Amino acid sequence: MTEPLKSPPKKNPQLRTSAPTLPPTMRSRAAMGLTAAAAEGRFMLQVCADCGTVLYPARDACSRCLSTDLHWQEVSPKGRLLAETTVRTSTNLYFRERAPWRTGTVQLDVGPVIICHVHGDVERNGRVVLWNRLDRAGQGVLIAMPEQPTPNMEDDPQLRAMTSDPKHRRVLIADARSENAAAIARALKKAGAGQVFIGEAEAWRPNPMRAVLEDIPGVQILPLDVTDTRSVAELAGEIGGKVDILINNARFLRPGGALSRGDTVFAQQEMEVNYLGLMRLAQAFGPGMCARTADGVNSAVAWVNILSAHALVSLPELGGFSASQAAALSLSQSLRAEFRASGLRVMNVFIGPTEDDWHQPLPPPKVPPEALARDLVAGLQAGLEDVYCGDVARDLIERFRAGAKVLEREMTTGQG
Amino acid sequence: MNARQSYEGVALVAPASTEYRRYSIETAHWWIATALRQALDVAGLRPADLDGLSLASFTLFPDSAVGLTQHLGLCPRWLDHIPMGGAAGIVALRRAARAVQAGDASIVACVAGDTNQIDSFRQLLSSFSRFATDAAYPYGYGGPNANFALLTDRYMQECGATREDFGRICVSQRQNALKSPRAVMKKPLSMEQYLAARPIADPIALFDCVMPCAGAEAFLVMPVEEAERRNLPYATIAGAIERHNAHAEDPIQLRGGWTMDIDELYAQAGCGPADIDLLQTYDDYPVISMMQIEDLGFCAKGEAPRFVREHDLTTTGDFPHNTSGGQLSGGQAGAAGGFIGLVEAIRQVTGTAGGTQVAGARRAMVSGFGMINYDRGLCTGAAILEGAGA
Amino acid sequence: MSTLSELTARLATGAVQVVDLTHTLDPDFPVIVLPPEFGQCAPFRIEEISAYDHRGPAWKWNNISMGEHTGTHFDAPSHWISGRDVPNGAVDEIDPAMLVGPVVVIDCSEGTAGNDDFELTPQIILDWEARHGLIPAGSWVLMRTDWSKRSGAAYLNMKDDGPHSPGPTPEAIRLLVHEREIRGFGTECIGTDAGQGAHYTPPYPAHFTLHGAGRYGLQCLRNLDLLPPTGAVLIAPPLKIKGGTGSPLRVLALVEN
Repeated sequence: MTEPLKSPPKKNPQLRTSAPTLPPTMRSRAAMGLTAAAAEGRFMLQVCADCGTVLYPARDACSRCLSTDLHWQEVSPKGRLLAETTVRTSTNLYFRERAPWRTGTVQLDVGPVIICHVHGDVERNGRVVLWNRLDRAGQGVLIAMPEQPTPNMEDDPQLRAMTSDPKHRRVLIADARSENAAAIARALKKAGAGQVFIGEAEAWRPNPMRAVLEDIPGVQILPLDVTDTRSVAELAGEIGGKVDILINNARFLRPGGALSRGDTVFAQQEMEVNYLGLMRLAQAFGPGMCARTADGVNSAVAWVNILSAHALVSLPELGGFSASQAAALSLSQSLRAEFRASGLRVMNVFIGPTEDDWHQPLPPPKVPPEALARDLVAGLQAGLEDVYCGDVARDLIERFRAGAKVLEREMTTGQG
Repeated sequence: MNARQSYEGVALVAPASTEYRRYSIETAHWWIATALRQALDVAGLRPADLDGLSLASFTLFPDSAVGLTQHLGLCPRWLDHIPMGGAAGIVALRRAARAVQAGDASIVACVAGDTNQIDSFRQLLSSFSRFATDAAYPYGYGGPNANFALLTDRYMQECGATREDFGRICVSQRQNALKSPRAVMKKPLSMEQYLAARPIADPIALFDCVMPCAGAEAFLVMPVEEAERRNLPYATIAGAIERHNAHAEDPIQLRGGWTMDIDELYAQAGCGPADIDLLQTYDDYPVISMMQIEDLGFCAKGEAPRFVREHDLTTTGDFPHNTSGGQLSGGQAGAAGGFIGLVEAIRQVTGTAGGTQVAGARRAMVSGFGMINYDRGLCTGAAILEGAGA
Repeated sequence: MSTLSELTARLATGAVQVVDLTHTLDPDFPVIVLPPEFGQCAPFRIEEISAYDHRGPAWKWNNISMGEHTGTHFDAPSHWISGRDVPNGAVDEIDPAMLVGPVVVIDCSEGTAGNDDFELTPQIILDWEARHGLIPAGSWVLMRTDWSKRSGAAYLNMKDDGPHSPGPTPEAIRLLVHEREIRGFGTECIGTDAGQGAHYTPPYPAHFTLHGAGRYGLQCLRNLDLLPPTGAVLIAPPLKIKGGTGSPLRVLALVEN
């Protein structure tokens, strides 16, 4: 059983904050199939289309039949731990600082032999199930887990190093006026988060959500307007050093594309909030968070964007809004590169229509705030990069992968 | 399958070893040149007399064997580069011998050497192989220590080996090393010290691991007549084998490619395990030496722990093993680690081993093992050398 | 001594004072809030271009953005549908002579102290005139409420049924525009109309009546308590925006001591 993680003591202001280090980043192109699967929390390995052999490590040709027709597929993650070691010294700084580190050799029931991380609760030579997770370098790695859940298993230091678990971490939610702010705050507190800060723009305007938010213990409402550079910089100056997870839920949405609107006023506001708002938050909070990714139990760990799945393909009825979401998605990819050296993870939660005023005329299914909050927190706990929340978002990504052009035509001919 | 042809008429001469240094500011080029010069001096040759070169090195980047010919002023008509680490010596020997037999070259220098600058071992590891980069280093980055820890863990479970059993190999090699002028390790090692050592990657502790260092090894391959004309003591090759990526279906490497070819090796040499006077195994970790003792036919699979308990592995013992101290006490100078046992074996069967000389050593077996590509070593090789003896 | 020389001399001695009636342009200053399906007035925003740094080594400057009706601002006739066809109804077309003129101040601060929805009625105007004389034609009329001493939520004072702030009744504004022929009407609140002005007939009577008659509006004024009821001069030139319906501006008053 894993020792339960304790809430960290107050930080000693006389000590230097540890500089971030990373596990090895280099991978072959083929091996990054594991990373792509880990970004969504899926366990996939290469399978030979010709002879069915499950292959590992990733390669470019089947080691049984020389076929080059290899595909990443979901296969059984179960196996047995054949051998193990505890690495106590490494020339790699990341592991050197985190030693001892348990690794082992697992033989999967489907064949391959896999050197992997080993969770502390796995018994010697025991049955295991492999989880595919992103490590702090943002690359997919496999960790052997006990077949049955064990108490506090999420607190295992090796597993926690791969996830964005909110337990004991301090979170900033950008927009207190959003319908989802309260549900997200509650789900975070339930998951053991420390302080939850919630930003509120235009305090001079009534916020019908305020009372509900103030009722959640441990929640603090602070002024933050993502369209105002000075406001963002001021809040970062005040609490930037204790934001471990930032959830950007600010969004501006109005119906219409280019012609149906006839002006760029709403489009500008969409870009101000959805795109430039993200950039302002990143410029103000990003550097501080990147500097604190090795800061112990409540190290900075994740940056969350809530994006419309129409960032992937435009919904013409919300054409202007979709464009701003595409811009935000593109910027989130840039942030992944800019945060890379620190190990700070960018998680995008893609949603379809939500239960709110602006989607009221759209037919169900819609994502209720509680479902969004649940998937968001689960994504943090699994350390994901991409979460598709709700039926519409999952449907869209599936169709997007099957054929982006076909999906585009379906959307633009009203068959979406 | 064609019958293996003999290596008769080929002489191995001029075993040369540089000193080994823990860290060096010199380059691989410098170390290789030093060993090559030493071998040529022993043989009374000038660089221009060489017409074949076989090279093994990890740290020559961006140069390869070709670049080195210009750098060192050599003009070979036969050139080889052997990126096979711990098996490089045996593989170089086999290819050079065939080149000499075929007349493609008359005097081949086989050289292996690497430098070890601060941080160069880490850099070498980080670009060692694609599978290691993709699927081994991200898991704790223990390097070969972690790989061999896993093999050792499984071997202990399967074969009942204890830490003391591995300790016997390390402690006796240290005894041998104390008689060798070149070994890096100069202090005696007791079983108590071995068992109390700092853990590195369980169950492997400090004295189970080789120490990366800088150094080079060389020997020359020439026709027997040439060696005799120059009055050089020489060894001959009674047999030699190599094998790559054997037993890929074994989930963990508990046996090596030797098992596929060992019978042919003895048949080619016309002898059996009992006729071997001394054994030089590739010893980056003691578990691998045990595996070789088994796979080369000195005992059954799983019996090596008992075997090392029942035999004295020192130069004066009943089973002299890694007589110069091996890599565990001598240090591992990169690719030279694949040469150190072979060069020492040439000395032994030519009676030139000095303080580590095994009395009456006429027939030596040398074994190589190399290239942890992912979870196991891929290259294995072995040779039986014969000489006039001490 | 010419009139202007005399003025500058008195300005120099302080016999004539310059009073600033302007709020600082600040991103936190409230702007009017319309139902969300309508376009909204952009709040004031400021982005640094450089500050003696790698973006520009020897100089500091900012880009600013805002709506025409952000902060202390001027409403031109073309701001409202009733004034869309008024000649010279855009800020760039207004006769510059209209931008400097006499101003009277009707003090409603006592009434607004206890009533957020205080209305300026014809009777209040007539009572004021009984004390100070008839409002001269061509005057700016400013409604003093001390609303500018509020800030944040209390300034906008938004409730579930919309904002609550003082303003003129339709009758009062018609009296000022049609009978007194004023130049324009100014308030300390976010609009020339009361917060609940949508519920009058016509809705937003100040906007409708003023601009329909080619008159001007001033909003978000402050320091009205420093002005005399009569006798001051107002300087209120909006930015010369092509076709502009209004503009943030610096509003100054000259007051004789």
